[in-house]
Parts: sequence; structure tokens; C-alpha cells
Amino acid sequence: MMTVEFAVAAALFAGVLFYAVLGGADFGSGFHDLTAGGSRRGAEVRTLIDHSIGPVWEANHVWLIYVLVTWWTGFPESFAAAMTTLYVPFVLALVGIVLRGASFAFRKYSETLWQARLFGIVFATSSVLAPFFLGTIAGALASGRVPAGGGGDPWSSWIAPTPLFTGAISVGTCAFLAGTFLTADAARRGQAALAERMRRRSLVVGAVTGVVVFAGLIPIEHDAPTLWEGLVGRAAPVIALSALGGIATLVLLWRRRFSPARGTAVIAVAAVMAGWGIGQYPWVLVDQVTIAEAAGAPATMQGLLVAVGIAAVVVGPALGYLFYLTQTPQWNGQEGEGRERVHWSARLNDRP
Amino acid sequence: MDATQLLAQASDAVAAADPAGLLPARQQMALSLGWHIILACFGVAFPAIIFVMHLRGIRKDDPVALNLAKRWGKVSAVLFAIGAVSGTVLSFEMGLLWPGLMGTYGDVLGLPFAFEGLAFFLEAIFLGIYLYGWGRMPQKLHLLMVLPMAITGVIGTYCVLAVNAWMNVPVGFDLVDGEVTNVQPWAVLFNPHAFMQFAHMWVAAYMVAGFSIAAVYAAGMLKGRRDRHHRLGFMVPFAFATIAALAQPFVGHFLGEGLAERQPAKLASFEFADTTEDGATPLRIGGVYVDGEVKWAIEVPYLSSIASMGSLTEPVPGLDQFPEEDEPPVNLTHYAFQAMIGIGLLLMAAVALYWFLRWRRRELLDNKWFLRFMAVSGILAVVAMEAGWIATEVGRQPWIVYGVMRTTEAAGDHSSALWLVYGGSVVLYGGMTLGAIVVLRSMARRWRKGGDLPSPYGPKTLAAEGPAGADVRDCPDEREAPAGGEAGR
Repeated sequence: MMTVEFAVAAALFAGVLFYAVLGGADFGSGFHDLTAGGSRRGAEVRTLIDHSIGPVWEANHVWLIYVLVTWWTGFPESFAAAMTTLYVPFVLALVGIVLRGASFAFRKYSETLWQARLFGIVFATSSVLAPFFLGTIAGALASGRVPAGGGGDPWSSWIAPTPLFTGAISVGTCAFLAGTFLTADAARRGQAALAERMRRRSLVVGAVTGVVVFAGLIPIEHDAPTLWEGLVGRAAPVIALSALGGIATLVLLWRRRFSPARGTAVIAVAAVMAGWGIGQYPWVLVDQVTIAEAAGAPATMQGLLVAVGIAAVVVGPALGYLFYLTQTPQWNGQEGEGRERVHWSARLNDRP
Repeated sequence: MDATQLLAQASDAVAAADPAGLLPARQQMALSLGWHIILACFGVAFPAIIFVMHLRGIRKDDPVALNLAKRWGKVSAVLFAIGAVSGTVLSFEMGLLWPGLMGTYGDVLGLPFAFEGLAFFLEAIFLGIYLYGWGRMPQKLHLLMVLPMAITGVIGTYCVLAVNAWMNVPVGFDLVDGEVTNVQPWAVLFNPHAFMQFAHMWVAAYMVAGFSIAAVYAAGMLKGRRDRHHRLGFMVPFAFATIAALAQPFVGHFLGEGLAERQPAKLASFEFADTTEDGATPLRIGGVYVDGEVKWAIEVPYLSSIASMGSLTEPVPGLDQFPEEDEPPVNLTHYAFQAMIGIGLLLMAAVALYWFLRWRRRELLDNKWFLRFMAVSGILAVVAMEAGWIATEVGRQPWIVYGVMRTTEAAGDHSSALWLVYGGSVVLYGGMTLGAIVVLRSMARRWRKGGDLPSPYGPKTLAAEGPAGADVRDCPDEREAPAGGEAGR
């Protein structure tokens, strides 16, 4: 069981989990940005989003690079097979990723409102599209639509029940995570009205996402039988854990316990993802290629584990330090003049 | 593994007509790589330049230097963001455009990419800490956050160049009946050609970043902005560019040593050696290569043999020695190579002249023509670097992995519909270029007017109606330091 290939696959999937949770929360912020309303109504939400994801989004984005590199190094043929089959969603996801990052940076330093609006719309829309297409890729792999030799149908491989559902689930979980994080950030910054607004959003998004996740199980039974077997069998406990995490988050949000709600939201989303991974084990491309069959050269697999080990020792603490800093009072505008200093748009409500 | 055997084996296998998707795939890769590499240069070299400026600001308690470091930090935030996403494009394209390469050699060339990813991770983390740490961390600790970025720039560059060096001089695997066996990933990571290629690119990154940043302040001085802000903003990056420009011709020369054995067709194209001479090969500047012959080139006797072979008598192996299907596009390779050399020597001469005259107590910064030249030096450095990449990449053709895999074998089974994707990419990259220029220029304009950069989220007219001053700024990192000093100092 604990072979080198398994260890590399586990490390790869850990990267997918981290990207889904950390990168997902950044993408999800785009959903809230998109739906925040006009420039006056939305200014406060958008400012909060800028504060929350500004320092961390690039670091969180690197998980995707980690996943791709580990995939092509550890399981090269399956990588080529996925790329030659799913190039349409890959290209569309890529366009989303590029536009998201670039326009987020451009918006922060925009001079005029119309520039900020233009970059903002691009940022927000692409933040929703990228996780959708990444989700369809996951669904296509999990439902056995990528042939081992590659070159599968470029359209029917992902425009199908399971991939479309996983795409929707991906968008929903991102928005749910982001909503929970933003609510807690707003509360920590002392912006009670904003926290309340984000709390309502998160409750709605969370409930809808939960329904979509479990509704998504229905087509999977016929559309992706191998995955279904894994989900109701081996992965059943994690799926149950996900449901509990989701419900707990909604309860905590309802009772305004914003800080612990972040933890349960992470559990809910990570468990859904883990359910997918455990559900499709031991396949890399479901019904086509197993982990052992897909593995690259043994020396390379060992080398990858060394790289992962170094990453855990070097990158782990650095990442922890960054996250720690973003939670300190100094980084949340609570020093000195702190609480009086609110965004000018907050005062718009006081105007006659 | 015998190289000639490999060559024979591989050339039997292919040489069919190019598939329809090959040309757009090449153009796509050239566009995305050529675009990203400029930003990668800033990612590698900018942190060290910022570090020196920031250190000066703290050591000498110099507000001008501190202000420059802070602004450069913000500029780098924009550049790093588009650099990060354009780098992601390349990760995708490795598989989308070259599935044959990744499927066959993914586990051979992958390990350096894993370490590069690690370096990029650290870079992104410390970038976040540094950018948002202004005024929120103890000063010295904050300054230290730049250092990891300069170090990861070295590691990241090395790893990427190790892969490229491997494509030029493949090692670390055996081919047995067309199957890749005995993979040694560490031999790829530490392949013998990697270090020189790394050194050449790393120095090039400092040339591109150094000259580009200096060029901005040279242009400012030309418009009569001759304050300390502009002088300092010019001198620090110019100092980096000086060291890099002086070292680069030597680094490049050592990199080229032994090319006659490694990739003779590339060398023959560089040097326009159409035939193998009896004695020394002359250096041919300019000219055109048609029907196996070089025409209208300016010849300088001996020089090609001296530079490439280190000999007064030994000729450069000519293009007549290779079958046509093993030759790269000769003219493009030649001109790219000579453009790189020409511009590199010009930049070296310019910095040497500046420091020489300064030693003789003449200040060239007062000379309009020198400033004009400096104002375009950034573009020149970029052109030289791009030309260098074209020379080495096009010169390696028709191979993607030299002597082992042809580019046609690596390309995906795409049709000419790939041109559509390419067209979309031209629009996308054009848009990003435009966006970056507009935003960076407007940042500079607003900085010149004085003050900082307010958050743009909301109607401007309302912002004007609201109470003026620092309290409408919503981002602490955008606030000017209050009179009492910033928090944590």
C-alpha cells in the first residue's frame, strides 16, 4: 500500500486540497465581488476583498503550479492524456486564471473609477469561470472520460453530467469558503455592518452549495459508477464529515461565531475534495490507468518526495508566517487610529 | 549512449511533413515564453535592486531612498502578478502544446521544475509579506523579507535553465528500442551544461531589470527632472546593470565554448559557416543564406574561428556537413545571435565609457545624448535577451530534445484551429501589456503630482466630497507616514 507511487500521489492530492481550500477562497472572493452591486454599494465589499486576498493570493496560486509539476513529473503519460483530451476546459481555465491575476493587480492601482470598474468586472468574472472549468476537469477525470492514450473527445469529455456538476460544486465551494473568510475578516476589522452583510451572503451561498453537492451525487451513480462506488463505500465517512462540517458552519454563522466557522468551512470543503480523491482511488484516470501504472521512473518519484520534504520544511513555516501576519492587529488596520478609520464609502449611508 | 547512433536512429524515424498544428504551437510558445521571460527578469533581479535601495534608506536615514524602495515595491507588485500568471500559462502549455515531450520525458525533466516551483512558492510568500509589511513590521525585519526573493531568484533561474540545458545536451536517461529507461533525475538537475546557461540568463536578468529601471529615470532627467530622486533612482539600478553588462560578454563566451561538439549545426548557423573552410573561418556580419550559400556578408578574417574554436587555424564545421532536415532556420538563428552580440557589446561599451569618464571627472549624466541612449537601454537589453533566446531555441531546431526528439514528435495532434487560440493569445497578451503600461504610467503620474495612491473602489466625485486627507485612504500601505512615525518603527 505505502509505495513510493502512492506517496507521490498523496503529495499531489494534498496539493489539490490546499489549492481547493486556499486558492478556492481567493477565487470565491471574485464571486462576492461580482455580486456586490454597483460601485457605491459594492465599494466596502471590494475593499475588504482587496485587503483579504491581496497579500496571499499569489502564494495560494502557486499550489496550482505545484500540482501541475508534480503531475507531469510523477505521472507523465496521464498528464499528456488529460491535456490532449481536456484542452478546451484547460485553456478556458487558464484564460480565467490569467485575467483574474492580472486584473486584480491592475485594479488595485487604477487611477479612475472606470478603469477600476473595467478591471474589477474582468477580475470578478474570471474568478468565477476559472474554478468552474477546473471543476469540470476534475469531473472528467473522475468519471472516466479521459482515455489512457489521450486524444479523447474534446467536447463530450467534459460537457457531461458529472463534469458540469463538479464545475458548479467548485464555484459554490469557493464562494462559500470566501464568504466565511470575508465575514470573519470584516468582523475582525471591526466592520460590524459589513460582517453582517457577508454573513447573510455566506448563509445563502452555503445552503445552496450544500444542496448542489448532494444533488450532484444523483447523476454520479449512473454517469460515473466507479466514482459512485468509491463515494458510497470507502469515502462515505469523509462525505458524511463534509456534510457535518457544512451544517456546523451554517450554525456557527447563524450564531455569529465567525472565527470557528472558518475552520468548519475548511473541513467541509476539504472533505468534499478528499471524498473525490478517496472515491476514485486507486485510479489516476478513472477506469483507465491506476496510480501504479501511471507512475514515472522510480528515481524521479524518490526525487519528487525529496522535493516535497524540503517544501514541507521550508515553505510550510514561511507560509504559516504569512498567514499569521495577515491575522495580526497591525495588518488589520487596528493600530493607532484604528477603529475610527473607515472607508469613505461607509459614510455614504449617513448622507441624506 | 553514443550520439551518432542516436542521431541515426532518430532521423530514420521521422522527417515527414510538419503537422498543421506545429507552426501555431511554435508561435504560441514563442509568444508566451518571450512575454513571460521579460517579467521573469524583474522577478529575479528587482528584489536585489530594491534591497539595496531600501538598505540605503535605512542605513543613511535617507527618505528619498526609502520612498524609491517603497514605490518600486508597488511597481514590482504589478509586474510580479502578471509574471506569475504568465508563468502559469507556460506550465499549462508544456502539456497542451508538447504532450509528446511531456508524456515521454516528463519524469526525466520534471525534478528541476519541482524545485523551481518551490522557489516560486517562497518568492510569492515573501513578496506578499514585503509588499504589505510597509509600516506594519519592525523596519529591519521588514527589509530582511526581500532577501529570500533575491535568493529564490537564483534557484528558480537555475532550475529552469537546467531543463533548457538538458534540452540542448540531454543526459540522465537511456534510450533502449525507443523506450526511455534508467532515468536519473538528479543528473538532469545538475547537468554539466546547466551552470553556464544559468549564469548567462541570471546576468541577463540583471541587465534587463537594471537598464529598464535606469531608463525610466534617464527619461525623467531628459525632461528636466534633475532632483536627487531621479539621480538615485538611476544610479542604483545602473550600478547593477554595469556589473552585469561588463560580465555578460565573458559569460556568454564561456557558455559558447564547445558548441562545435555539442550542437555543430547551431554554431554553423550562428557563424554563417556555409562550408567548412580549409583554414580559419572568417566572421560574417549580416548577409543572407540562400541555397547553401552565404551572400553579401561583411567578412572579418579569422575572427569566427578565434571566437568559436579558440584557434587560428581550425575551421568552424560548415552547414554542408549536415543533411538539410537536421538544419535549423539558418538566417533567423544567425541574425538573432548577431543582434544579441551587437547590442550586448554596445551596452558594455556604454557603461564602460560612463565609468571611465566619471573617473576622469566628467559626468555623462549631464550629456543629453548619453541620457537619450540610457532611456532606450532598457528596450535594447530586452531585445538582446529575446534575441539570445531566439538564437538558442531556433538554433536547436529541428530538435526539441537535441538529437533525441524532434519538435514534430513533441507537438500535439492539433489542427490549424490552434491558430484561433494563438489569435486569442495575441489579444490577451496585448491587453495585459496595455493594462500594465496604463496602470504603471498612471502610478508614476500620480506619484509625480505628490501624494500616494488612493483606492479606486467607488465614485471619484464622492471621494472628493468626502473629507479630504489621509483618513479617506482605506489601505494602510497606501498612507504616507504620519508625522509621529509609522507603527513599529
